[in-house]
Amino acid sequence: MTINPSGWRPEAPQAGTGEAATFTGNRALMLEEPLIFEIGSTETTGVDFGPAPAANGSRLAGLERSAPIGLPGLSEPEAVRHYTRLSRQNYAIDLGLFPLGSCTMKHNPRLNEKVARMPGFADLHPLQPVDTVQGALQVINELAFWLIELTGMHGVAMSPKAGAHGELCGILAIKAALEARGEGHRKVILVPESAHGTNPATAAFAGYTVEDIPANTDGRVDLEALKARLGPDVAAVMITNPNTCGLFERDMKAISDAVHAVGGYVYCDGANFNAIVGRVRPGDLGIDAMHINLHKTFSTPHGGGGPGAGPVVLSEALSPYGPLPFVAKMPDGHYKLVEEETADEDHPATFGRMTAFHGQMGMFTRALTYILSHGADGLRQVAEDSVLNANYVLRSLEGTLDAPFAASGPCMHEAIFSDEGLAEGFSTIDVAKALIDEGYHPMTMYFPLVVHGAMLVEPTETESKAALDQFIGALRSVAERARAGDSALKSAPHFAPRRRLDETLAARKPVLVWKEPELAEAAE
Amino acid sequence: MRYLPLTQPDREAMLGVIGARSIDDLFVDVPEAARLDGPIPGLPLHASELAVERHMAALARKNLAAGDAPFFLGCGAYRHHVPASVDHLIQRGEYLTAYTPYQPEIAQGTLQMLFEFQTQVARLLGTDVANASMYDGSTACWEAIVMARRVTRRAKAVLSGGLHPHYVSVAKTMAKFTGDVLETSLPDLVAEPDTTALIDKIDDDTSCVVVQYPDILGRIADLSELAAACHAKKALLVAVVTEPVALGLLKSPGEMGADIVVGEGQSIGVGLQFGGPYVGLFGCSEKLVRQMPGRLTGETVDADGKRGFVLTLSTREQHIRREKATSNICTNSGLCALAFSIHMTLLGEAGLRQLARVNHAAASAAADRLAEVPGVELVTPSFFNEFTLRLSKEARPVVRQLADSDILAGVSLGRLYPGAESLENGLVVAVTETTTAEDVAVLAEALREVLA
Repeated sequence: MTINPSGWRPEAPQAGTGEAATFTGNRALMLEEPLIFEIGSTETTGVDFGPAPAANGSRLAGLERSAPIGLPGLSEPEAVRHYTRLSRQNYAIDLGLFPLGSCTMKHNPRLNEKVARMPGFADLHPLQPVDTVQGALQVINELAFWLIELTGMHGVAMSPKAGAHGELCGILAIKAALEARGEGHRKVILVPESAHGTNPATAAFAGYTVEDIPANTDGRVDLEALKARLGPDVAAVMITNPNTCGLFERDMKAISDAVHAVGGYVYCDGANFNAIVGRVRPGDLGIDAMHINLHKTFSTPHGGGGPGAGPVVLSEALSPYGPLPFVAKMPDGHYKLVEEETADEDHPATFGRMTAFHGQMGMFTRALTYILSHGADGLRQVAEDSVLNANYVLRSLEGTLDAPFAASGPCMHEAIFSDEGLAEGFSTIDVAKALIDEGYHPMTMYFPLVVHGAMLVEPTETESKAALDQFIGALRSVAERARAGDSALKSAPHFAPRRRLDETLAARKPVLVWKEPELAEAAE
Repeated sequence: MRYLPLTQPDREAMLGVIGARSIDDLFVDVPEAARLDGPIPGLPLHASELAVERHMAALARKNLAAGDAPFFLGCGAYRHHVPASVDHLIQRGEYLTAYTPYQPEIAQGTLQMLFEFQTQVARLLGTDVANASMYDGSTACWEAIVMARRVTRRAKAVLSGGLHPHYVSVAKTMAKFTGDVLETSLPDLVAEPDTTALIDKIDDDTSCVVVQYPDILGRIADLSELAAACHAKKALLVAVVTEPVALGLLKSPGEMGADIVVGEGQSIGVGLQFGGPYVGLFGCSEKLVRQMPGRLTGETVDADGKRGFVLTLSTREQHIRREKATSNICTNSGLCALAFSIHMTLLGEAGLRQLARVNHAAASAAADRLAEVPGVELVTPSFFNEFTLRLSKEARPVVRQLADSDILAGVSLGRLYPGAESLENGLVVAVTETTTAEDVAVLAEALREVLA
């Protein structure tokens, strides 16, 4: 069965647009690529199998599929070409500066990839007898050791699968600790308004009521407002430090002390740990739980949206409540996996399992490889260079873009700008889309919400001074064009594989799967 | 420090532009007492690429890789051959080092791939729509239970005894905090799954029934009757698939009436990886789509009228609705979804069906061969590529003992259900296209010796 017997033909550019049309719709190296459903067929395959072994009939309980599934196949050369062509329509850190604030797009070393693919790590089953996976357990244990030392905390839960999953882990540990103290009645979690959106979602998901805490004009948590709200109903405060305005929360220790004084716990969103790694230990600031996005601080690749990994470091008060499974080193040097069956004796207060198996092992090997490459001295240099690069961008663009917190002290690893005073009629989205034409991925836009038309720039430590200078130049040029009233900015990008896409249409009439053209028409 | 491009003169020049005397000036907001004045003592300093690779290779060598032993483990993670081009393509920097596609004009590669992935997954699971992936099967299973609660406004979920015990464990953990009520049971070491018992448990408070297909012992049951029973009580049927290759031969759960189908996609393209990262699959009927967790890619047009793709329906998501979001999930398993999608494209329908046939035939042959061993009884007469044996002695020490001879014999139910005496002689054996007849012969001989 051919899925689309007519084949796919992109629309050639309209006559009269001043652009030369091509037969294929391709333009030299800018290639249009059909969907696999339009070029594949259900008879084509890109794999060969040996013959099936002889066996006595089918044992499928009479449930054999009868109807076709509708999965197109491509031969290997066709598949390689399809995915290679598609890849060329992506921006990536390997192509250039990727200044997404709070997302931390730094260089991804290929040694990490090589190590993660060693069969001794990649080709292990999670339920193999533990004495056949001692090296893998040692990796988990070594990484756990580094995370504890770097954060000055007491324990670490390795299994959370991503940053947001780590937040959930931290909040569940807090909830379990409160319940163990007989204080399950504490139902409120305070979240500063500059927090990541996952913070309030996590708290709500775990059954808490979320209350906002305002920021002061300085871009930091309003300590007095926080203190005024603290009370016996407060379970925890969730803080991001360094915060999403790119600033270090100067009052962190005072906040922790105040929260502890009323019996609550402090959760820190550790998404921005790369700004302070090796220079500040969160444990010294009174934090009880903090997730660490291994992909941000320790360079495991983002992969177009994951996978991430979100181990959670825990204070002495919370460590007993962390999740299963975890790795324990025995006095004889062997590693043991503590799961449900042994938890009762070794870890009776655990809140339980958060995910099947042991977490993102493939990310652990990458992160440990990166950590060992940098060492304690290199990681400290990471924090210093990321902060230096961000401040360099901030100061270099003063006078070009409004920087609302420029007077609030040095920024940490990210610099925040607003579109106030950019030029009448131009806003953040125009700057962002114009940057695409300049060959850059835009910065984070319209976040955090506390800043009007926010532009959050995080250059990271893996950018050279020359790369920053060119980026600064591009931003200056865009701002100057806006001031000159250049209306072309409003329709940027002009040179990307696609112009501005209609997101409203996509949401109003969702098309989430491909259908044969006649079926799609019938569904209209 | 080969990953850091700034030179010392660069740093000094930049400090000059900033107007700072030293880097310490940039950390003034950190309280004095919390500032570390040098590298944390007791930790090693930076190391060369060669030195790090040696260290990690030495740790890797301490493990027994699945490919270096006759290997029969399954129970939620399966060893399949992944074509070389899959790993090659996902290592292209444009995929590997891209971010979540928030800027669609320069992320069409990832977005189109996710749209193709969603379509492949929906067709495989037999659902109208699928999302752009979840963390893994176990968390996707919990999200399905939460979604069923949102849809039905009821809080009681009935979990089959055939559901993977780790998935049950995850749901139990979460339910303790969210107030969901779970009815769970242990599996029975018998030929038939617990369909009838599940139907008996459905009442007016039931949000959903969660059933695994094939189940933890490898058993296959028709879900149609169960789906009808759920729908009669306005509850949802959630089906969990931990071995998607099975759907190359078996009717999909969607075809049999499941409302939500979740799965672990690791089998296709991803590899064992000691438990993660994996890729959760999540499909549902069209009418439930706005209650669905996770990311979705949708088709649209650009300013020139050209077809393109964007992330869509984000009003369900945490960055818009904060505490009212359908879940706290932020990212997905994009790169694993890519690996799944490429492998699926290489297979195509013809290849997937052939892969499934080879798996089933190999497993059938192995089951017959192993059942001939004195002291071994085949519990499950029908199965796909994984079946359960009852041994004449406790299976866990047997598995342990065989590992000493570098045979990875399967998953003992004692490992999965510690303390459950009725299950302790059970051994779940998975056989795939990677298993050779020699592997099966080695296992049969080893079992003969150890059970004698």
